[in-house]
Order: sequence, then structure tokens, then C-alpha cells
Amino acid sequence: MSLVVNLVLLVFLLVMALAVLKTRHLFAMAMLFGLYSLLVAGLFVVLDAPDVAFTEAAVGTGISTVLMLVTLASIKDGHELVSTQKSRAAPLIICILMGGLLIYGTHDIAELGDGKSAPHMQVAARYIEKGQEETGVPNLVTAVLASYRGFDTLGEVTVVLTAGIGVLMLLGSRKKIRIKEVSNGK
Amino acid sequence: MANDLILRVVTKWLSPIIILFALYVQFHGDYSPGGGFQAGVIFSSAILLYALTYGLDAALQLIPEYMLRIGASLGVLIYGGVGVASMILGGNFLNYSVLASTSIAGQHLGIIIIELGVGITVASVMVLLFFTFARRVAPE
Amino acid sequence: MMEYIVGHINYWLIVAVMMVGLYTLMSRSNLVKKLAGLAMFQTAVILFYVSLGKVTGGTVPIISEKYSLYSNPLPQVLMLTAIVVGVATTALGFALVIRIKEAYNSVEENEISAMDEKE
Repeated sequence: MSLVVNLVLLVFLLVMALAVLKTRHLFAMAMLFGLYSLLVAGLFVVLDAPDVAFTEAAVGTGISTVLMLVTLASIKDGHELVSTQKSRAAPLIICILMGGLLIYGTHDIAELGDGKSAPHMQVAARYIEKGQEETGVPNLVTAVLASYRGFDTLGEVTVVLTAGIGVLMLLGSRKKIRIKEVSNGK
Repeated sequence: MANDLILRVVTKWLSPIIILFALYVQFHGDYSPGGGFQAGVIFSSAILLYALTYGLDAALQLIPEYMLRIGASLGVLIYGGVGVASMILGGNFLNYSVLASTSIAGQHLGIIIIELGVGITVASVMVLLFFTFARRVAPE
Repeated sequence: MMEYIVGHINYWLIVAVMMVGLYTLMSRSNLVKKLAGLAMFQTAVILFYVSLGKVTGGTVPIISEKYSLYSNPLPQVLMLTAIVVGVATTALGFALVIRIKEAYNSVEENEISAMDEKE
């Protein structure tokens, strides 16, 4: 049963990705992008990962889509031009080749849901056994995130702060600075 | 958008509920799905809702920008501060067991404090991003 | 044979979504669309990793007395970090798009490189 739900959500996801590729109206693309994030959050719930689903729904549908809409409002450019110069053949061939190689690589991965495959041995098994008695926290994801892998989380918070600083440096000044004049040369 | 009556009334009623939910997700993250990141983003979405409905100036009066800059650095400072405090008390960097009398109590205390730091930084940075982007939109 | 397909079709569909995102990034010349393709690519990779951690018959990795088999928490933790780093990258990308529009007055990549070559 959950396999059917999985398959239906994944097919919808593929259709959504193709719609984002094809549409030329950029505001519609932003809305479709928000819908894509919501479908991925639904898939995370089916895959037993509610913490990740929470974060993806809040961050992907909330922050990313809002920032995309504010960018589109700021650049006042609602439509994508059909480009006539670029040839589309080379990216298509590269993507098909890479997809083929990745599918060939999934031949060795264990089936979805196999309990005895390699990621579930050793480190993860120890976290599940000893997680609550060593940290006192029943939510294993929080225990691993904050205590066992606390150093990675420190790096992640610093990345968030750095993104904030970067955006402040790029867009922080009040007046708009023009560097190149468009038509009659410099 | 400030002229639309339904939006204004619903925003006024929903914003405290959203903030309360963000605090619940933050502090209940030990027993149910949740934690610092999710709580920070939910809190920032309450402020975003207010800014979208009532305008950027009203939101800037609510939360001035210097508070956001202080908040963004304060979270990372709290996180690093817990690490340094555990070094001062005798353990390694970010070893929470030495923070309280028993090892488990120390771990629990350390996890709560750093999740608080993470939540403060993420909320401040998300709201700061939105305000900085929204300033560039020319008024029509 | 049927079991092999049923067990692996999730991975194949996720790889297809990844490739659509990558193709959007490489072939379209509008900068905002490129960033949307990049974000879709990142999210599909994260989905792939989380699907590696699922255990059939297991439950959410929150310890309680009623359950004995849990899904793997480790991919979920690593991907939580990856999602937040992804949104940081996307936000910086959008800030750059706004500045490029102010400097070149266009967000199409071929127009911008034509303007750069002309000088």
C-alpha cells in the first residue's frame, strides 16, 4: 500500500518537474516550484522522516518560494524569452548519459526498505540502541543532530549566518548602483 | 493589501497562534518531530505574514532591523558559548555531560540550549533575508 | 524480476527527476529558471538519500515502548543539514540575480555574455 502511495507521489513529482521546465510564465513557475516542494515533503512523511518533511515544507514551500516571488517582483521580468541561439542537444545528451549511468549504479543498491542493508549496520544501530540512555532524549534525530553530530550542526548554523551576511553585503545599500549602460556604449 | 478586511482580520488572529506553535515545536523537539530549524522558520513565517499584509514599514516598526542583526549573531554565540563553557568546566568542546551534576541531565540541558540558539539564528536570518529583498522592490 | 523492478523503481523515478532538474539548469538561459532547476536538483538528491534509510515495517525514529523496529535516523540528520544549506545557496543566488539585473538590465544569460563581449 505504501508503495502505491510512493509511486503516485513520485509520478506527480516528475510531472511537476517537467512543468517547471516547460512553462515560460515565471510567476506560474514559482507556484509550481512551491507545489514541488510540498510533494517532496509528502514523500518524506511516507518514508518515515517527519523531521525532514517539516523542514522541507517550511523551508522549500515557505522561504524559497517567497524569495523567488520577491526576486521576480524586483526584476519586473515576468516572462522567459525563447532563446534561439543555444543548442539544446548537448545538455540533453549529457543528462541522458548521466541518468543512464546513475540507473546502472542503482543496480547494487538494496531494495527499498531492506532492513539488512549496509546503512543500517554499525553506527546507526548503535544510535538506535543507546541513543535514549546516553542523551535522555527520545527523538533520535534531535539526539544525533544536537549531541552525537553537534559539530556539524555548529557548521550549519554558521552557514545560515554567512548567507545572511552575504545577502546583506550584496543588497544592503539603499541606492541602486548602475555599472553598465546598455545601448550607446560606455 | 492593507485595505482587504478579511486579510487583516485573519492575520491579526492567526499571528499569535503561529508564534505559539513555533515555540511549541522548539521546546517539544525532544519528544516529537521538531527542533530549532523548523521552529525558526515557522516563527519567521508569522512575521512574513504580517509584513505581506500590513506593509514593510509596519513590520519594520514591529521588529527593527538592528534587533535582527543582533539576533542572528546571538544564536551562533549561544551555540559556541555552550561549547566553550563545557571546555571551561573540564570536558572537551561541545561535551555536554559536564554541564550538570549527572551526565544525562547535562546532555539534556546542552541540547535544549543549543536548539534555542539555532532557533534564534534561523528566525532572525530568514526575516532579515525577506526584509533585505523586499527593500529592492520599487513601489508602484 | 518483478521484485527487482518493484524494489528499484523508486530510485529510477528519483534519478529521472534529478535529470530534469539538471537539464533545466543547463539548457535554459533565464537566470531565475536556472536557480529553480538547481533547487529541484538538490531536493531530488536529498530525497534519494532519505529513501535509503527506510526500513519496511519500521516506524519513525522516536523511541517509544510500543515499537521495536525503527527507520534509520542517520540519513535524516545529514539531509536536514543539507536542506538548510540548500536554502542558503538559493537565497544568495537570488540576491545575485537582483544585482545582475540592476547592472546589466537583463536576466537572460546570452544577452549578458553578449554585452560582456562587446566591450
